[in-house]
Amino acid sequence: MLTKKVKNRILFLFFIFSLSIVAIFFILKSLNRNILYFSSPTEIKQREDIPFEKAMRIGGMVKKGSITITQKNIQFIVTDFENEILISYSGTVPNLFAEEKGVVAEGKLRDKNFFIADRILAKHDENYMPPEIKEIIEKNVK
Amino acid sequence: MLSNIGISLVVLVIVLSFLSIYNASLDLKIPNKYIKKSIYKLSLLQTTFTILTFLALIIGFIISDFSLINVYENSHTTKPFFYKIAGTWGNHEGSLLLWVNILVIFSYLFLVFNHTHDKKFRLYTLIFQNILILGFLFFLLLNSNPFNSIYPVPLEGLGLNPILQDPALAIHPPLLYIGFVGCSIYFSAAMASLLSGYVGKSFAQSIKTWVKISWCFQTLGIIVGSIWAYYELGWGGFWFWDPVENASLLPWFAITALMHSLIVLEKRNTLYSWVIILCLSTFILSVTGTFLVRSGILNSVHTFASDPSRGIYILLFLSLMIFSALTIFFLKYKKENYNYNFKSKETVILANNWFMAFFLVTVLIGMLYPIFLDVLTQVKISVGPPFFNIVIIPLVVPFMFLMAIGPKFTWIKSQIKIFNKILFPILGAVVINLFIFYFFGKYSLLSNIIFISAIFLILHSLLDIKKFINKKIKSELPRIISHLGFGLLVFFIGINHQFSLEEDFNLKVGEVKKTNNYKIDFENIEMKESKNYKVLIGNFKLTNLRNNLIQELNPEIRIYSNPETLTYEAAIKTKITSDLYLTMSNVSRSDYYNIKFQKKAFMIWIWISALMIALGGFVQFTLKKNEN
Repeated sequence: MLTKKVKNRILFLFFIFSLSIVAIFFILKSLNRNILYFSSPTEIKQREDIPFEKAMRIGGMVKKGSITITQKNIQFIVTDFENEILISYSGTVPNLFAEEKGVVAEGKLRDKNFFIADRILAKHDENYMPPEIKEIIEKNVK
Repeated sequence: MLSNIGISLVVLVIVLSFLSIYNASLDLKIPNKYIKKSIYKLSLLQTTFTILTFLALIIGFIISDFSLINVYENSHTTKPFFYKIAGTWGNHEGSLLLWVNILVIFSYLFLVFNHTHDKKFRLYTLIFQNILILGFLFFLLLNSNPFNSIYPVPLEGLGLNPILQDPALAIHPPLLYIGFVGCSIYFSAAMASLLSGYVGKSFAQSIKTWVKISWCFQTLGIIVGSIWAYYELGWGGFWFWDPVENASLLPWFAITALMHSLIVLEKRNTLYSWVIILCLSTFILSVTGTFLVRSGILNSVHTFASDPSRGIYILLFLSLMIFSALTIFFLKYKKENYNYNFKSKETVILANNWFMAFFLVTVLIGMLYPIFLDVLTQVKISVGPPFFNIVIIPLVVPFMFLMAIGPKFTWIKSQIKIFNKILFPILGAVVINLFIFYFFGKYSLLSNIIFISAIFLILHSLLDIKKFINKKIKSELPRIISHLGFGLLVFFIGINHQFSLEEDFNLKVGEVKKTNNYKIDFENIEMKESKNYKVLIGNFKLTNLRNNLIQELNPEIRIYSNPETLTYEAAIKTKITSDLYLTMSNVSRSDYYNIKFQKKAFMIWIWISALMIALGGFVQFTLKKNEN
């Protein structure tokens, strides 16, 4: 019924179609494995299903007077003015990292009060506030 | 004063753009071969006045005319002269003016240099380009006017963000703008081609040079940005999969695909619709990138000027652009017959396009997914670099094989014996890889495969160079250089990834730290005054314990007063085989300094091979027309 040419074309289209489905499937799957959720200290305290083995981001303000430094690492407390979490980090901090400034830390939770960061993010711009943190502050400080 | 001059000039350019459109549409109805002299004149006037507008702004920065808000917010009298000029495009408003300049200059050059092509096609291109120009001019005037004035006139400006005070500011943005805004001209040309029916081979010839120009500048601009981030941001990396970097990659993938399929259109007169789609999407992706970054929707470490109100205008403009492009495309779409032999250059180039499309989609999904999720579910996430690495890196392996073998295919039906082409280079690649593996260090299976395919591409390109020296087919040279550059780039990134060291620790002045065959001696710290900043210079003595070689490294902490900011300058010692990279930062109220020490293997080679990719593009312009 169908000529050979048409058959070939249908086969070809089918091949491309299934290939792209497989490709999209793999993209989405590895996407799912590599997304980092952003939480505030309060969310971590309240949520029951916080994963401990998955990397995530935590944001808030660095509490005044909370930075301590040793040869190995830096520890500081991040607060959203309701709850706090202790963060430990070994590495260089960005130049805008300071007490009472916004900070975003990337790493893993040890327990609900202790977070080990492998990366500290801050912006180049001294007036800039990451939108996530802005929201937290607007919610809790009135 | 300057404010009035600037605004009048902008209005004048707007009037000239309207006149150009009006005159061009009148001339469309006249059935002859030549475009009216007056249109050339209008276009030249438009270009002159646009450049004058930009000069007016530069003068405002040079004489520190703080009656302009833009100058007040981004400049300072003590700022070095060099940064007063470069600072002009170091902010949103100024860079938008640069954007308009490039739109206008390209519009004029396209009109002048394409005089051999169809009249209608050129006129439509001019009209569409002027619509784009008007769109951005109104945006400039209504939302981001660099000539807005402030009263009372402040005595002193706020100063330029210190992190931008770097020589790279003078070249990186202009390169990117020529690259990304340069795409506008073949966006317009594609629309014009659909409307005027000037299709196929001659259309390909008319936009070929422009595609190559913007490809070269995009490539170079991205590389310069990467180098700048490497020495300025202090984390020692060169690619981060940060939203801004991703935004720059999207049009680059599209334009690279376009550059390749354009060859098919030119030589075989087929694939026209696909070329049009690529032309349209390259510029659309450029504008999308700008929109996402400038509106502050995407959170990036490289963003400097963001403001949500800009987003709405760009979004409107963007939707209008996409909508009209799609409408015209589907109205004028003509069915084409594709019948390619599997073993032919056409198929190979299409395969290149599939890879590019895959990379593009991956990066696009990784970039947009967080935005959609935030809008739909309020869950805030970010996509980490592992996602991009996992999805893209394995695909680079077959891609490199294709890059090596593909160019050897001939048009229509190729007699190529693939097996012969693969056998010896792959044996060579396996042997070289085994050599590296046994003598320098172990790495994973995937790394092995990547090294083998990269060396395969390098060997193939070297064989091509040998052939080139014997036969001298000049048109092959740009391709060989760029493909070799890509092979080397992947190879050295792999080497760099496998054989680099990184160590973070905190030290007090006078302390010593031993790590990985290195002894780091924090001797002392000096304080100096520079023109517009104070600087703390750390003196570090670095001893390589293997050969007792001693090196001095001097990282800096700069304290700027306008605006009050700290920046950290890394100490980088570049050698042929590795970079030593040391940054020092100070954490508030503590004697400890935060030290990051890195040894980056073959770092300079990553830059050299990336620059080779761009160089390949530039070599094309040195070839004579008939050889091309």
